[in-house]
Amino acid sequence: MEILWILVKIIIVFAVVMLHVMYATYFERKVIGHMQVRMGPMRVGPHGILQPIADGLKLFFKEDIIPTVADKKVFYAAPLICLISALSAIAVLPFFEGFAIANINIGILYIFAMSSLASYGVVLAGWSSNSKYSFLGGLRSSAQVISYEIAMGLSLVGVMMMAGSLNLTDIVHAQMNSPFKVYLIPQIIGFFVFVVAMFAETNRTPFDLPEAESELVAGYCTEYSGMRFALFFMAEYIGMIVMSCLAVTCFLGGWSGPFEVPGIPFFWFLLKVYFFIFLYYWVRATLPRYRYDQLMALGWKVLIPLALFNIVLTGTIKSIFG
Amino acid sequence: MVQLLFFYFALVVIGLGLRIVTAKNPVHSVLLMLVLFFHMAGLYLLLNAEFLAAVQVIVYAGAILVLYLFVLFLVNLKEELKMSPFVEKGKWLGIAGAVALFITFMRGVVSFTLGPHGEYTIEKIQQMTHTKAMGQAVYTTYILPFEIAGLILLVAVIGGLALAKREDKGA
Repeated sequence: MEILWILVKIIIVFAVVMLHVMYATYFERKVIGHMQVRMGPMRVGPHGILQPIADGLKLFFKEDIIPTVADKKVFYAAPLICLISALSAIAVLPFFEGFAIANINIGILYIFAMSSLASYGVVLAGWSSNSKYSFLGGLRSSAQVISYEIAMGLSLVGVMMMAGSLNLTDIVHAQMNSPFKVYLIPQIIGFFVFVVAMFAETNRTPFDLPEAESELVAGYCTEYSGMRFALFFMAEYIGMIVMSCLAVTCFLGGWSGPFEVPGIPFFWFLLKVYFFIFLYYWVRATLPRYRYDQLMALGWKVLIPLALFNIVLTGTIKSIFG
Repeated sequence: MVQLLFFYFALVVIGLGLRIVTAKNPVHSVLLMLVLFFHMAGLYLLLNAEFLAAVQVIVYAGAILVLYLFVLFLVNLKEELKMSPFVEKGKWLGIAGAVALFITFMRGVVSFTLGPHGEYTIEKIQQMTHTKAMGQAVYTTYILPFEIAGLILLVAVIGGLALAKREDKGA
């Protein structure tokens, strides 16, 4: 019976997340369109509302091209690694009181493990395509992900220290009982580091060097076409959703809000997640891409020291007042 | 159930281990190694060591193995693939040595006895969560070895920095 309930939960969450991925692409094109004084997609359905379905169908029926000199096995595995690791991370996210597919004690660490796994997909895709553009994209990604994963991990240590737990549900409860109701204010340095690292971790502008379409064609997914390309695309958007959810859970108090909305327990959670997803698009429409050495300098010389300072500060304050 | 899972993980770890050292393409070896690390993490989970399982994946799979890949990309794989093994003639000698070592270890394992139980029972660890239990043990009982390990790592970091800096000046 328990297993059946878990299965039902998985199906519900999977369907909802996939629907969000579909309309995240539409939302992105609309938001960026309006920011650049364009209309965005308008043709398919009223205001282009059916555009994601048209895109999906097109990608599904496109020819699947594999370079002759590619390492076939690795080439097939790479997009799957990306997608599976992105999807598995969703399992531990608490969407509202008592609703998480797996409420495990090491929730945050689990998400880190899965997001570090996703970088393999990118690196191996770059290597197995046997193309210079792909290869450069893959190499850039591996260096970027290693650097920013450290900053991201350290930025959440402050949250772990304040909550005294690695369980995401417990972290939300600890925030509800804290004086500010959210960790955004006491952990403002950690939040800043986390948000910057979050952009780098999902390979989004201004840190989209692994795909950098103006220099590397499409980076690591240059040689991919049709459904395999779509898998990378889905993985990227799921990654964005997971990171947004993690930010909401760790810094913005998860599903809690100023007042309860009757009947919709996930109202505040969704609202906050949508804000972060909008932030991704907003930044994309606003900022140019970082140069590679600037990216590394920012990661190692600014974010990691800041995150370490935040840990020392949190520890000091906790040992004096806690 | 637990026993079944243990045998699954153990068999896969051994099988993959053999496959890793025999695979011709080093990148395939690294990929198999990734799968192996996940099965190791599974073994840790069976021991209720959830923190170790997560750290195993984050540190080994997430950081160290990516660096391995990085190094592999820098060497020319196509030449490496055609190379003959280092010890073509002494192959049987090597196998004999390995078998002898295996027998020695197996005989050693027989005389292995469990030590006295510490204060951390399974129930206690489950109650206080593994992360907390490990943190407390490391920062109280084993603080000295922990600090020594930290110092050794610091030496390695400074050594790496010094090496990188010197090369920079020479260029």
